[in-house]
Order: sequence, then structure tokens, then C-alpha cells
Amino acid sequence: MKVVLDQDRCIGSGQCVLSSPEVFDQRDDDGIAVLLAEQPPADAEEGAREAARICPALAITVAE
Amino acid sequence: MSEIVEELPTYPMSRGRCPFDPPPELDRLQDTEPLSRVKLWDGSTPWMVTRYDHSRQLLADPRISSDPRNDGFPFSNAAQSQNRGQFKAFIVRDDPEHAAQRRLVTADFMIKRVEAMRPRIQEITDGLIDDILAGPKPVDLVETLALPLPSLVICELLGVPYADRSLFHRLGKTLLRRDNTPEQSRAASEELRAYLRDLVNRLDAEPDDALLSRLIVQQLRTGQMGIEDIVDMALLLLIAGHETTANMIALGTVALLEHPDQLAGLRDTDDPKVVANAVEELLRYLTIVHNGRRRVALDDIEIGGQLIRKGDGVIVATEIANRDAEAFPDPDKLDIHRVARHHVAFGYGVHQCLGQPLARVELQVVYSTLYRRIPTLALAVPLDEVPFKHDMAIYGVHALPVTW
Repeated sequence: MKVVLDQDRCIGSGQCVLSSPEVFDQRDDDGIAVLLAEQPPADAEEGAREAARICPALAITVAE
Repeated sequence: MSEIVEELPTYPMSRGRCPFDPPPELDRLQDTEPLSRVKLWDGSTPWMVTRYDHSRQLLADPRISSDPRNDGFPFSNAAQSQNRGQFKAFIVRDDPEHAAQRRLVTADFMIKRVEAMRPRIQEITDGLIDDILAGPKPVDLVETLALPLPSLVICELLGVPYADRSLFHRLGKTLLRRDNTPEQSRAASEELRAYLRDLVNRLDAEPDDALLSRLIVQQLRTGQMGIEDIVDMALLLLIAGHETTANMIALGTVALLEHPDQLAGLRDTDDPKVVANAVEELLRYLTIVHNGRRRVALDDIEIGGQLIRKGDGVIVATEIANRDAEAFPDPDKLDIHRVARHHVAFGYGVHQCLGQPLARVELQVVYSTLYRRIPTLALAVPLDEVPFKHDMAIYGVHALPVTW
């Protein structure tokens, strides 16, 4: 799996951090999401998929 | 055409017998005409969007505008229509203006910052419950817990004196009435803005560490924002920061008291994941923003076999989208263990609620504390005597008499 995050679209809702804290974090100065693992470990894949599904700004895509 | 318009359902609609369920008419539209027209107070006929997938698709579409200055915008009432353009915060702006303004405050509401506030939120909650237990009963849970908790938290976060709460509680209520007149709305708005203008001037002379002072130092003093822009931002964060959560605390408590098995599931768990899941389900089930998400199309949009034309008003009824069986099996059932995190109670798209991480922590703390500390909590009046907020843009209860 490969995760792509578009920081320009991000609105800092933090939904990805709640779904998948192994894969996403938020920048301290503006709350914009950062990608911790472009290729998540197997046990974090479902969380990454959920993050992509619920991101309100459509800023996350997942390629299987 | 006029005969057809006469036959259209009017929006907003009345709820049925169950105070937690959206209007039955919305349920009917979702089943039979998921993209249809409704008639508003001024005779305009915007689209009504009732299905979950359509709702998400449209709310995330950049061709859909949140800016009420655009022709065709579906106003809630005459007050909203006549006073359009006076309020300029990011909630009523589109990108890139929306994003630029919102990004000034996103860090203050990010997960890490809000998690750091959890002990303080717990402390405030415990203190309020101590006071309830030490006082007479029955007691109004809105006045003693649901309203003070989020008010105190947002006051501390923004740097607004909590001592002034009666002023902004009263004016916030007027602004959120579904039936306020343009005059009432303008007067309340002006009084609140005058208060906030004075506060901004005082903080400019003597800044503290809270959000408003940081905006003043970084934006006002550098000339990047004017005082009226800061006032609009403060107004939005102050009102949205307490009215919504207060209603979720009180209405959520009514819903749980009416579903004792669900209440027991929440009371008997030590698992923060179960509590967090229950909060998501209550957000979905209750969807307190029940005035529709109001938008207008900036271009032609094809969706679900319909053509929404440029200039058409669009109302996305998230309260019924969150009851779509395609997204939530057996949707009218309150089940704190179901998967509900994909709900749209905070909206969807770039305008999704800024304060959602804060709301989540406040609700997790309250729901995991109140029913454990007062396990015999019960309504002090029959359910049909509880004054539900049919008259407000945010649903909830005006008062909640409880005993134990």
C-alpha cells in the first residue's frame, strides 16, 4: 500500500490522526497533517484506508 | 409551475413523535426522491439532499459555495437574508479566503493541543458535578453542567472572561433562533460585536497567552487583519464553541436515559475506545445541526441522475444523511458499539467543523464521568414535558430537569 497526502488540501480536521496515528500526525505550528509512513505496516493499513475514506478535504489517497 | 411549487414540501419540517428522529418527511424524501426540491420561507425552491453518498459528494465539491453573497443562496429566514454579508468569518467564505483564515486557528484545535486540555476538562467536569451533588434536586442539567462546561473551556481557550457569559449566552441564543426577525438578529449581532470589539481593544493593550491575544499580536498589530475581522472570528469561535457541545451534552443525556441498555454500556466500561465510539454514535444519531447545510451551486453539477444548475440553492440535510441505511445499517437504532466514525454530524468538505477534536474530548469526558458519578440519574419530568429546541438552528433542549 502507498499513501499520498496533499497538504495543500488539508484542513487540519485531525480525522486521519484519530483513524491511524501510526501513519499520520499534525504539524505543531498549523495543525496540517503530515505523513509518517508512506508505506504503512500491514497492521496499520485498515486505519489508513479509513483515514482516506473519512478525510473531509479529500486530501488522502491510498493505492493498493 | 406555481401549482408544482405549491405541492412541494416546506423546509424546515416538523419532527414526528420521537424527539430524536429527524422529520418523517425527510425520511420519505430519502426513500422516494433523494434529490428533490423543497419550498423555503421566501418561496424559493432549493434542492434537498437527503442521501449519505450525495451529501458527501456535494459538500466536498468545490463548485458548491458557502458564501451567502452568491445569488441563489438558500437563506434560513429573513434575518439571514437581510443581514447577509455583514458577517465575514471563514464559515461563510470559500477557498482560498476560507483556507487562509481557517489556517490561522487550526493549530489551536488540533488533536495534540486538545488532548493536552483533557485533564483541565476533566477537572472542570468533576467540579461542576461536585456542585450538582452538593445542591438541591431536581436540578436543570443545562444550567449546571451542559452549558457551563463548554463555555468555560472555550472562554479559557480564547481568552474571553467567563464572568461575561450571561451576555454571550443570551445573544448567541437570539442569533440561533430559527424565527428571529432581521431587527432582533441585527441588534443581537451589534451588541455582541460591540462587546468583542471592546474585549479586543483591552487585550491589545494587555495581551495574554490565549488565542485571541495571539491573533491580535500576530495579525492585528501587523496589519494583516482588521479589528472587525478579529471580532468576526471571535464571534464564530465563541458561539460555535459552546452552543453545539452544550446541546450534545444535554440531548445526549436525554437519549441515553431513554435507552437504559446503551447508558449501562457506557457507564460500565473503563475502555476509552468504547467511550469514544459511543460519542461518534451519539453525534450521528442526534445530528444537532438540524437546519440543513446551506450552499449554492457555482456551476452545473450532475449528480444522481439530476442536473443541479448554476445558481441553484442546495440544502444538505445531514441529520437524515446520518440515518441512511446504505451507510449505517438499522440507522434509527442507537447502538453505541456500531461503526459510526464516518458520520457527517460535523459536516463534510473543507467546512467540516474546526472544533471537532475539542467537542470529542469534551463529550468523552462528560459521558464517561456523569453517569458513573451519578448512576441513578433520571429525568425529573416526563419526556413529553422536556422542552426540545424545535425553534433553534441547533437542536437540543432548553432545559433538562434531572434528579438522582
